[in-house]
Amino acid sequence: MTEVRISINGESRDHDVDPRTLLVHYIRETRRLTGTHVGCDTSNCGACTVLLDGAPVKSCTVLAAQADGAEITTVEGLATNGTRSPVQEGFRQKHGLQCGYCTPGFLVAATALLEENPDPTEQEIREGLEGNLCRCTGYAMIVDSVRWAAEHPEGHVPTDTAGAEVAS
Amino acid sequence: MSLVGAAVLRKEDPNLLVGRGTFTDDLHPAGTAFMAFVRSPEAHARITGIDTSAAADMPGVHGVWSLAELSLGEGEGIPPLPGVPGLERPALADGVVRFAGEPVAVLVADDRYLAADAVEAVDVDYEPLPAVASIPAALAEDAPLLYEPVGSNVVFGIPWEDDAEAELAAAQNRTSIRLVNQRCAPVPLEPMVILADASAEGLTVHVTFQAPHHLRTKLAGWLGEKEHRIRVIAPDVGGGFGSKINFTPELFLAPLLSRQLGRPVKHCQTRSEAMQLMYHGRDQIHDVEVGFDDDGRVRALRNMISQNVGGYPDPNGMGMAVLTTWMSAGCYKIDKVAAGFQNVVTNTTPIAAYRGAGRPEATYMIERVMDLVADETGLDPADVRRRNFIGPDEFPFSQPHAEAVHYDTGNYEAALDKLLEMLDYDTLKQEQAARRDDPDRPLMGIGMSTWVEIASFGPRGSLEGFGHLGSWESAKVRLQPDGSVVVNVGSAPHGQGHETAFAMIAADELGVDYDNIIVRAGDTETMPQGIGTMGSRSVPIAGSAVKAASEKILVKAKEIAAHLIEANPDDLELRDGGFGVIGSPEDHVNWQAVAHASFQPGQLPEGVAAGGLDEQVFQEVPNFTYPSGAYGCVVGIDRDTGEVRVERYVLVDDCGTVINPLLAKGQVHGGAAQGIAQALYEAVVYDDAGQPQTSSLLDYLAPAATELPAFEEGRVSTPTPVNPLGAKGIGESGAIGSPPAVVNAVVDALSHLGVRHLDMPLSPEKVWNAMNDNGATS
Ligand code: FES
Ligand code: FES
Repeated sequence: MTEVRISINGESRDHDVDPRTLLVHYIRETRRLTGTHVGCDTSNCGACTVLLDGAPVKSCTVLAAQADGAEITTVEGLATNGTRSPVQEGFRQKHGLQCGYCTPGFLVAATALLEENPDPTEQEIREGLEGNLCRCTGYAMIVDSVRWAAEHPEGHVPTDTAGAEVAS
Repeated sequence: MSLVGAAVLRKEDPNLLVGRGTFTDDLHPAGTAFMAFVRSPEAHARITGIDTSAAADMPGVHGVWSLAELSLGEGEGIPPLPGVPGLERPALADGVVRFAGEPVAVLVADDRYLAADAVEAVDVDYEPLPAVASIPAALAEDAPLLYEPVGSNVVFGIPWEDDAEAELAAAQNRTSIRLVNQRCAPVPLEPMVILADASAEGLTVHVTFQAPHHLRTKLAGWLGEKEHRIRVIAPDVGGGFGSKINFTPELFLAPLLSRQLGRPVKHCQTRSEAMQLMYHGRDQIHDVEVGFDDDGRVRALRNMISQNVGGYPDPNGMGMAVLTTWMSAGCYKIDKVAAGFQNVVTNTTPIAAYRGAGRPEATYMIERVMDLVADETGLDPADVRRRNFIGPDEFPFSQPHAEAVHYDTGNYEAALDKLLEMLDYDTLKQEQAARRDDPDRPLMGIGMSTWVEIASFGPRGSLEGFGHLGSWESAKVRLQPDGSVVVNVGSAPHGQGHETAFAMIAADELGVDYDNIIVRAGDTETMPQGIGTMGSRSVPIAGSAVKAASEKILVKAKEIAAHLIEANPDDLELRDGGFGVIGSPEDHVNWQAVAHASFQPGQLPEGVAAGGLDEQVFQEVPNFTYPSGAYGCVVGIDRDTGEVRVERYVLVDDCGTVINPLLAKGQVHGGAAQGIAQALYEAVVYDDAGQPQTSSLLDYLAPAATELPAFEEGRVSTPTPVNPLGAKGIGESGAIGSPPAVVNAVVDALSHLGVRHLDMPLSPEKVWNAMNDNGATS
């Protein structure tokens, strides 16, 4: 067993972990933050993407022990005070998700992408998200979602009179 | 305001966007243990010994079982999985393994790491047998047999009824081609996961599955349990594409072992396991002959289909080829069609439904044939199609070669016109010529596919043959005392947006605010019966059930409303979130008051029972629906590397009435992505000995955002008369219409080099060889 101190979304905890525990399993099972998903075992799909000290990493290829002392942000940490982040709102507005399994990884990766490049072109968005697979969407609307977020850095929730929000 | 037709944002999203979805692996009841499989490294072998003792002795391991060691209790053996009589798959290999990865033993341990360690500790002895891994190998004269008593590797087939020889001979021209529709892996991003808990009364199963009731029935029969003691819940499901509807061993073994161990048992497939164990799709070879006149009119078509069903014939997989024969004529009027098939077993993973299931194969065939006819007659592919279309005034149209196939509505020519206009076809043709002559620019090709598919699996008998209880779909609409609405549907979604679509339908029908409607699905406890989500049946059939149940609610609600405001029910209209008397603005009662009164016997008119605003409908439909469309693809081909880039992609769809354009767009994009990927990237590959060469996402190329294009969309709308919504369904369209559009584009780009056909996937190597005349053309 190895002792680790890992901060996730601003909350730091100490745990004894089996040295071979993957960070993604530590996040999901020890910390019970199940928004981060596992889609592969070859670090190809990106469903497990989290921010480690601000940089996107695939948490299925990092050991929990390697994250000792680190600051992790998961999808659960993107919204502030219950308000969706611009990227989260972009995915909602532009229908950037279907089953939602890949979504947390995309949201985290897109957040990091916009941090680095706040005004990406379509091609830059596609390249920036190359490490994430989605099997449902065909990506076009994910690209639109990230564009929306770039254009609405404050986030924005339009409402509609019929009780249903319609796409903007 | 009517919601149907509006781009309403999804009800599903708020939870999924903040990491609060509930997928099966997110659940960890106390005491959960993990189930793992010992899988065969051999494709075909006799098992001569299994030593589980070392694994069983490991701390934290609760048990290890081979088939012989499993029992239902009191010495009862384990029945085989549902399958083809006599050739059923056993729950674990029964003395012989028939594909690499087939589970030979199962174990349960405290956590997934220990379970993986224990798997390594199980010792299995195999005596390898000669294997066959492809249709030609399985059909070879001295081929090793998978099932000796059958006497052949052909397990089932239907020959063409009439071989169309006379019509082929009578046509002015005839040609033939062999088309291979390669094996694909469905790759839902969430692999198969099941959590079975029989530690208390009865059995509760959370599972990533498309048809919970169907599983409940099968589990009850298998385990000798009553259905009322089994609850199957499909919570959030991370994609399915047909793969999560097959009865594979984990679905039966997790509940069995949970019952035996008295604790929750979970199984999470790894991706590598999913690549081997989740039933694959496609894998058909078509031997096609076509007779046609000089003017491009197709007179006769003969298509003999050989389908590789893998090591065990799955009933779903066996049925795919039937659909392919049905849809062999596409959207064309061909005087004579003869289509037959044979299902062939090989030492590979079984085949079953994958997005489109049997129709992509038919569409690929007929749309490649149309381009071949164009090539041989020197006509434009658009003209050849136009000359063979079923005309817009010829519906309903019965395909003479397939008894069950009656196209409902369509306007194929309008879709093609729209496509050509959006592509700006004539300008593209000029550009293509210019690029051919400019060695510095990539070669360019334009491909089209004008397709029709069969959807809305609902006519009586269409699913019963696959073991379902019926082909209907169910909906239950219930008013709460405050006037809010709960809609339950029997079809369990995996990303399609059911909550949104069905709430929109109910909101329109009932005049209740969209926000006051909640939709529930995927739980056998909340719905007495349901069928499931596949074959684009949810909106057309379940959506119609929601509409019908809402209509029934409305009848009773009107009576109550009329009683409350002392009016005649016939004088009432839906207005302002309630009921009003027509022409009398003051006389109004809101839904809340009506719903509230419905629970209070003293407030009800004579003959109306309390709590009556609760209706369930089992919706049947008289026919399938036939979504159609025209897709166009422009490719650029790198002259140095052979790499194909999709430069433009135009999707013109006709799915009848669109409930929500956002959802429809999402479904089409996703399908098209999978179809383009089949054309260019994806193939499950085995070596000659049946060893899988594509067992992970490292070697199976599921495309990322950099590989796929932006999509341009157009629409034609011929609503179907088959259901009251007019909706035809759109879940499979993209995957069905796309592969030929892309392949036709690539062949078009290379046609001046004499290339007539290339088999999918069109890898850079294959294309480069074709460009450089290295024998890869056929
Ligand atoms: S689960 Fe980490 S990349 Fe796929
Ligand atoms: S939304 Fe299903 S995998 Fe991306």
